[in-house]
Amino acid sequence: MIFGRLLAKRLLLSLVTLWLLSVLVFAGGQLLPGDVGRAILGPLADPQAVANLNHELGVDRPLLVQYWDWVSHFAIGDMSMSYTFRSPVAPFVVQALTNSLKLAAVAFVLVVPLSILGGVWAALNVGRPIDRIITVAGLSATILPEFVTGIVLILIFGIWLRWLPIQASWPDGAGPLTQIYYLILPSVPLFLVLFGYIARMARAGTIEALDSDYTRTAVLKGLPWRTVLWRHVLRNALLPTITVIATQTGYLIGGLVVVEVLFHYQGIGGLIYTAAKGKDFPMLEAGILTLGLIYTLATLLADLLYSALNPRIHFGAVE
Amino acid sequence: MSVATEVSGATETASTRSARAERLRLLLRSPTFLFGMFVLLFWIGCALIGAQLVPVDPYADDMMNILAPPSADHWFGTDSLGRDVFGRVITGSRDILTIAPLATLLGTVLGTALGLVTGYFRGVIDDAISRLVEAVLALPLVITALLALVALGTSSVTVVVVIGLVFAPIIARTVRSAVLLERGLDYVAAAKLRGEGSAYIMFVEILPNVMPPILVEATVRLGYAIFTVATLSFLGFGIQPPSPDWGLAISESYGMINGGFWWTVLFDALAIASLVVAVNLVADAIHGVFET
Repeated sequence: MIFGRLLAKRLLLSLVTLWLLSVLVFAGGQLLPGDVGRAILGPLADPQAVANLNHELGVDRPLLVQYWDWVSHFAIGDMSMSYTFRSPVAPFVVQALTNSLKLAAVAFVLVVPLSILGGVWAALNVGRPIDRIITVAGLSATILPEFVTGIVLILIFGIWLRWLPIQASWPDGAGPLTQIYYLILPSVPLFLVLFGYIARMARAGTIEALDSDYTRTAVLKGLPWRTVLWRHVLRNALLPTITVIATQTGYLIGGLVVVEVLFHYQGIGGLIYTAAKGKDFPMLEAGILTLGLIYTLATLLADLLYSALNPRIHFGAVE
Repeated sequence: MSVATEVSGATETASTRSARAERLRLLLRSPTFLFGMFVLLFWIGCALIGAQLVPVDPYADDMMNILAPPSADHWFGTDSLGRDVFGRVITGSRDILTIAPLATLLGTVLGTALGLVTGYFRGVIDDAISRLVEAVLALPLVITALLALVALGTSSVTVVVVIGLVFAPIIARTVRSAVLLERGLDYVAAAKLRGEGSAYIMFVEILPNVMPPILVEATVRLGYAIFTVATLSFLGFGIQPPSPDWGLAISESYGMINGGFWWTVLFDALAIASLVVAVNLVADAIHGVFET
């Protein structure tokens, strides 16, 4: 009952966020540039040609009509036509999204277990050198721009040691293992950014749980340390970590653009970058709105997962 | 009555002042703060007078001497136009250390005003701001900035304005929660009873008391601003040629990295890393001092 109401409320809020986002993207893609035809054809083009192009693209219609046309088509998966390729945007976005998800998946599979392990390990050794090392290294890795860590990694592992390919695009017809091999180096900068955040949350949660009365009780009543750690400490400690992992998809997405450009990878970030360079507004808007949609869904999912796993919220003790 | 108020007012000022001195003393004893500040001041110094100190003009190209490895003449080698990489790294902090602080300042001023108003009056605007923050945060800053820069055309002013505008609601949220704690306190009630206007209460009475969280938030934001400006420059939408900016230098040179010209990107990458880490150390130390 309470969970149902929570679900409805969260869904509604997500819809409001998405609507605001679509207005923001629409404003950026179709309002701010002013004369779209002029922006594409350049300052020296014939005014008649600009007017013709504007008419052809439909950008000479009233703004509200344009917005409704754009957003209603987007909602059913029709993302209008690319200015550059003069063909529908959707297939490009789907292909790019598939590639990006592969890259993100490799990064996630590496980072989630390792960062939780790192955070818990630091918490179990709080104050000792290993804790300091994990905390400081994690924090430093998190704040460095992805292209900075990426370029250093390329130099070390791609140029000097020649262990890994420095371009993420695998040859045609490569099997899954070869694809993963090509994605290892690009996923490391993403790994570094995420590691610090997740490890910090896992560490804080574990320290808090270790310090709690229920852990003390569990230890004093003679439970084996292993049981205390798994059943009492980690179950409580890792709840907030789940939320952080989901909200970090936002950072992951931002990092994707940079990493995909640096490693010449045809993902959604690469698509946005190419569209931005070529002033291909429909492609740019579609790419950005897709990212916003993914982020909003991930946040919603994290919220619900958190409530579902946390009995205190489940039974209505909170809110 | 009035005398008593005077006296308590005076002791309060004195205790605030000593608290400020105490914080400063703590900061000056913190090794993270000192180290971060040292590196930061080094790069600020380079931005101000680096151009006069470097042995080779960082803008002069030398077509006879392109992509030369590090040597006695060119300590960090030369880039694809034969320009001296050492000179360009030393002078490369200038633009990013102008744009990032300006963007942070704009965001902090707007965000503080917005936070004071929403925290003091609450109501509908308050809810609207929260929704707006969520929509803005649903996109990474780099992508929002990219969209705006493509739409408006790339320029340093646009970079400052876009980052400032995105920061404003985020900073407003921090200020708002600090204001919510203050508005119920006696000194606000006293000011209301004296018949002070809302603007006076917000900006003269409340603002000085919420300065610490604003300062902490601003230093953290400065780190993000530097991160974002560097990334945008790398993508070609930030600082423009022929600036010796580090992100731009990597953007211009990383395509040739397969040829083994490591010196065209490595020093710039290390320079960015040192600046970002330094700012974050300073922010972290300031945060630590104000938390306790």
